[in-house]
Amino acid sequence: MNAVTSSGATDPVPAPGLESRPASPVPTPRQLARTRRRAALARFWREYRKDRRGMFGLVVLAVMIAVALAAPVLASSRGLNPIYATATPNAGPSLAYPLGTDADGRSVLTLLIWGSRNSLLVGLTATLISILIGALVGVVAGHFGSIRARAGRLTDNVLMRGTDWFLVVPFLPLAMVLARTLGPSLGVIILVIGLTSWAGTARIVRAQALAVETRPYLERAKALGAGHWHQMYRHVLPNVMPLLLANTILTVAGTILAETTLSFLGLGDPIRPTWGQMLGSAYEYGVGTGNLLWLLAPGIAVILVVLAFTLVGHALEAVLDPKLRER
Amino acid sequence: MSASSGTGLSGTGLSAAPAATAPVVSAADVWVRFAGRGRHGGAATAVDGVNLDIAPGEIVALVGESGCGKTTLARTILGLERPTSGQVRFAGRPLSYRSGALRAYRRQVQLVLQDPTGSLNPRHTVYEAVAEGVRIHKLDNERARVADALSRCGLRPPERFFQRYPHELSGGQRQRVVIAGALVLEPQVLVADEPVASLDASVRGEILALLLRLRRDLGLAALVVTHDLGLAWNIADRLAVMYLGRIVEVGTPEQVFAQPRHPYTKALMSVLPESPIEPIVLAGEPPDPTRIPAGCRFHPRCPELASGAAATAGVAERCTGTALPALPAAGSGTALVSCHLAATLGP
Amino acid sequence: MALLELRDLTVTYATASGPVPAVRGVNLTVDAGQTLGLAGESGCGKSTIATSILRLLPSSATVTGQILFNGADVLTMNWGRLRAVRWAGASIVFQGALHSLNPVQRIGRQIAEPILLHEPGVSKQSAAGRVVRLLSQVGLPAARADSYPHELSGGQKQRVMIAMALACSPSLIIADEPTTALDVMIQAQVLNLITDLVRETGVGMIMISHDLSVLSATCQRLAVMYAGRIVEEGPAHEVFTAARHPYAQALSWAFPVIGDTRTRMSPRGLAGDPPDPAQLPSGCGFHPRCAVALAQCSAREMELWPAGDGRLAACVQVLNEEEGGQPARSVADENRSAGEAVA
Repeated sequence: MNAVTSSGATDPVPAPGLESRPASPVPTPRQLARTRRRAALARFWREYRKDRRGMFGLVVLAVMIAVALAAPVLASSRGLNPIYATATPNAGPSLAYPLGTDADGRSVLTLLIWGSRNSLLVGLTATLISILIGALVGVVAGHFGSIRARAGRLTDNVLMRGTDWFLVVPFLPLAMVLARTLGPSLGVIILVIGLTSWAGTARIVRAQALAVETRPYLERAKALGAGHWHQMYRHVLPNVMPLLLANTILTVAGTILAETTLSFLGLGDPIRPTWGQMLGSAYEYGVGTGNLLWLLAPGIAVILVVLAFTLVGHALEAVLDPKLRER
Repeated sequence: MSASSGTGLSGTGLSAAPAATAPVVSAADVWVRFAGRGRHGGAATAVDGVNLDIAPGEIVALVGESGCGKTTLARTILGLERPTSGQVRFAGRPLSYRSGALRAYRRQVQLVLQDPTGSLNPRHTVYEAVAEGVRIHKLDNERARVADALSRCGLRPPERFFQRYPHELSGGQRQRVVIAGALVLEPQVLVADEPVASLDASVRGEILALLLRLRRDLGLAALVVTHDLGLAWNIADRLAVMYLGRIVEVGTPEQVFAQPRHPYTKALMSVLPESPIEPIVLAGEPPDPTRIPAGCRFHPRCPELASGAAATAGVAERCTGTALPALPAAGSGTALVSCHLAATLGP
Repeated sequence: MALLELRDLTVTYATASGPVPAVRGVNLTVDAGQTLGLAGESGCGKSTIATSILRLLPSSATVTGQILFNGADVLTMNWGRLRAVRWAGASIVFQGALHSLNPVQRIGRQIAEPILLHEPGVSKQSAAGRVVRLLSQVGLPAARADSYPHELSGGQKQRVMIAMALACSPSLIIADEPTTALDVMIQAQVLNLITDLVRETGVGMIMISHDLSVLSATCQRLAVMYAGRIVEEGPAHEVFTAARHPYAQALSWAFPVIGDTRTRMSPRGLAGDPPDPAQLPSGCGFHPRCAVALAQCSAREMELWPAGDGRLAACVQVLNEEEGGQPARSVADENRSAGEAVA
């Protein structure tokens, strides 16, 4: 039997049917990268679509975000000003006021629509702050924590003790103190929520970062000469992203609930309506007179939006996880 | 080609041919100790005094069983680990561990790990994986360099592989990508830790042939860490056998395999298939690096000591009591062995 | 009557992308006291055969053919008899011993488990006594019975797996890659142990590995698998040192004999990769990577043809040689000379 020689004269990779020279001009790596990304997104969308509950959540979210964005079109902002309220206060549903009116005679529907804007805004902004700080602290702590040198572990320890401190800071008392000193406003609420929720994200991200750090490609990057920044940005962060994304969506749900709580307690901006604030006012001034719609509308809205974010977050986890595993 | 002689430390300068070329990378009296790593909380001495030279264009195989310290030694030579004492020298000068100097060193000495699947970031394409080195060191002509490296590693035409992801490639192709990623920096030495252990048996030969080809075309030297003696026979110019942190025998594969002088090497050779020697199967396992035996570190398992051959030669007390000094770095062609009994047997 | 006989065994997995044939018409025989080596690489179907013998395949797998254990077909056995066969008739030393042990149970308890399952009348004390005897049979001190898996080394864990396999005194042991992750010396120890056990207890054994040199040293007969089929079969040492089938030859190059000057500085391997079972080539599964493939190799289904005394090979070239003809010119050769003629 004749044997294969090993001098390497032959092309070791079999390419049946494919000639060695490409016929068309070769696209640049960037163009190819874009095509790959688009294909990856299409695949992701196909997978996501299969999850019924995830789709439901997504639809609800889409509707709410659309309503929030289109608020000026859907309901005139004059409807928020009590001065222009001419209707009977605490009235039941009617054609002009489908959800009834509040204690000042303003349309509950208008309040709801504009409230969605503020609630979602606060929720998303606070989450953004929380995620940015949490991810940064988590990645840095995880990366430096896996260096055997003492300086690395020190960084990790310092960051984690700081995180622990923020984990135990009581949420409500902090909000009340800040509202008292800085004056009640949506900004205060965003600040409070952001400060108290980043720690949870940081811990989760750090755990994942530690796991990623043990993988051989980090060692390879070090051997290639990569500095800390390169390792964290090119390797750790992308592999932490899926977890972070799912965590973000779930955090938004929690943030909106937190905002609802704070506004309900009157720590938010008394002028800019949010659902929480509506709940608070309805509780105080509406329920007594039998105006349950004023209470139920924002209540159901909050429940729906939190549910929607939760469903989407879980669906994301389910879609992203098997892909991680098969890779 | 010279034999060794003298004391337990054999061959120092006596009959060694003068080093023809200066080594490109060398480990000088390297000692690496990890605090608190052992099962019983003691300090583990992973590398216990090693001198090793790698000449330009030379392929050195570092063989030994798990726990012998060969991976730690390889990582120390790469600069990923700092020796507790001793130096790693490049082109004669000791390594500086400041980040700038270390980065420059990386362009000269590169790493290929065992598991090609783990070595590649699953989110990066082949192009990005190979270009990573280029970008870190801010070299120009990125695309040309990447294409050239991939071609040299047998992935032709390289453009066809640019946009592939690692999970779309076979094990052999992934390892080629890893080698290309190391090659793109134009290093002088490649440190390969079990480069073919995770690959299917029928493709191993191709990757080994690639290493030989790179040596022929680019003058690339290599330090191949492996427990597979057949691999050393296939591609190594020189072979160093490690046991519990120290090199116990070194020489060309012809010298070491045909006439093993250290009892450990003899035992390893005897259990290989088609071995002409009666198999000597050592009992037990290599001891913990936290508890290195006194005297010759191999003496608890040494068949020569157990059978009385050492006593007959009169070295038995030395085996249990006198520690052996570390072997000096050997030039090519010199065979050295670190054994009290072998020393008495002379050249 | 043979201890184990596989007749035309075919296993197909049902996957999301269609049926995938893992084993395609395999015939094997193992007699009591005999050792058979099964060699091959990833995707060739050898591990599937191992699990199918005890009917341990997932429900998504379709199995046809017969698996005759002491004459009775395992595939059609009723549940009670199957349970008796599992472990007391035939047992498996699983691949990856490092992960096959329950990390939160002590070793002694894990070894005793099959004993207690198969012999409900046995008391805990006598089971413990048998565990100690098994441990000493595999060369481990009795004190090890109280250890947890993470306290043992790789070689010790492998011995524990072997002890577990022996627990119910089976007549057949299937060892799936028993030495793959082990060092040379530990491998030698484990192989010695296996050889001694086989000799002392007279069990039949099937050893599965990709390492031909290990199989040739430990087994009497050797069968090489590729793409779900057996491509060569014969006395182990002969198949290792003088394989007839091109794939078996290539596989043996991966384990060079030290001291053989032909392999010094000339590693030899095969281009390409083992085929994906979901996309098998037509005809002979090896023809895309074969240096001496003929035109008919992609069209004709291969059978195991005689290739010497007690040897079989599924290769048309071997068939031609045995029938006294010259080896036919391969497609590669034809292309090369055609190229030369044109140029």
